Amino acid sequence: MMTAFEALAEPTRRRILDLLLVQPRLVGELADLLKISQPGVSKHLRVLREVGLVNVRQDAQRHWYELRPEPLAQVDAWLAPYRHLMEERFDRLDNLLEELKEEEKKHGET
Amino acid sequence: MGKLNVVAEPGKHSIIMTRDFGAPRDLVFRAFTDPSLIPRWWGPRGLTTVVDKMEVRPGGIWRYVQHDADGNEFGFHGVYHSIVSPEQIVSTIEFEGMPGHVGLETVSLEDRNGGTRLVDLAVFQTVEDRDGMLQSGMESGAAETWDRFEELLISLKV
Repeated sequence: MMTAFEALAEPTRRRILDLLLVQPRLVGELADLLKISQPGVSKHLRVLREVGLVNVRQDAQRHWYELRPEPLAQVDAWLAPYRHLMEERFDRLDNLLEELKEEEKKHGET
Repeated sequence: MGKLNVVAEPGKHSIIMTRDFGAPRDLVFRAFTDPSLIPRWWGPRGLTTVVDKMEVRPGGIWRYVQHDADGNEFGFHGVYHSIVSPEQIVSTIEFEGMPGHVGLETVSLEDRNGGTRLVDLAVFQTVEDRDGMLQSGMESGAAETWDRFEELLISLKV
């Protein structure tokens, strides 16, 4: 089965999630907004449901699709160690730049 | 000072990092091009970085070696493609532990009212290479990761 990360690789699916972030929507509404066919939207929604990024809620005859953000947290957590490594690097660069600024100031005074 | 922004979209070959610094561009540029300054910021904490080669000119070679406390060495090298002081450095980068996987890195420095916005764009040969680079951060700082995870949950407002 596809992972949330793989499901997000498809740009239309990311646009669907953007639209669902605003509010829950019906398939027809998504098809209008994205300018693609309803079967096309349904296909993407099926993938998003399979990886747990989208829930469907039934209200009489209508199926409301809503965002389920938990797997997004996992995707971002996947990036967190790298971000941490780079934050350390750039924090050290920041400190170095402060030292260089001080050095230049002293140099200018003498 | 600045907050690091990392963008690595699923299914793409690139990593884009952006960070603001409270120092002028020429100083940031110096930190990237002066061999005596590289060991003071480039490598991860706990490792010593030695500049083996640093020919800061188009076609010049750079090579940094990181040493850990157990005597292990991790080499990185590449070639400078273009150098525009104090605006941009374009170079390749290859981790010697995984030869043949080459990244193209563009470091751009933008003047922001006397400060500097650094934009670091790294493009890899395959999505797998890009993902491998992202996961290379996994071994370090795993404990802190959970703090960040908590921050993330707050920011997502689940």
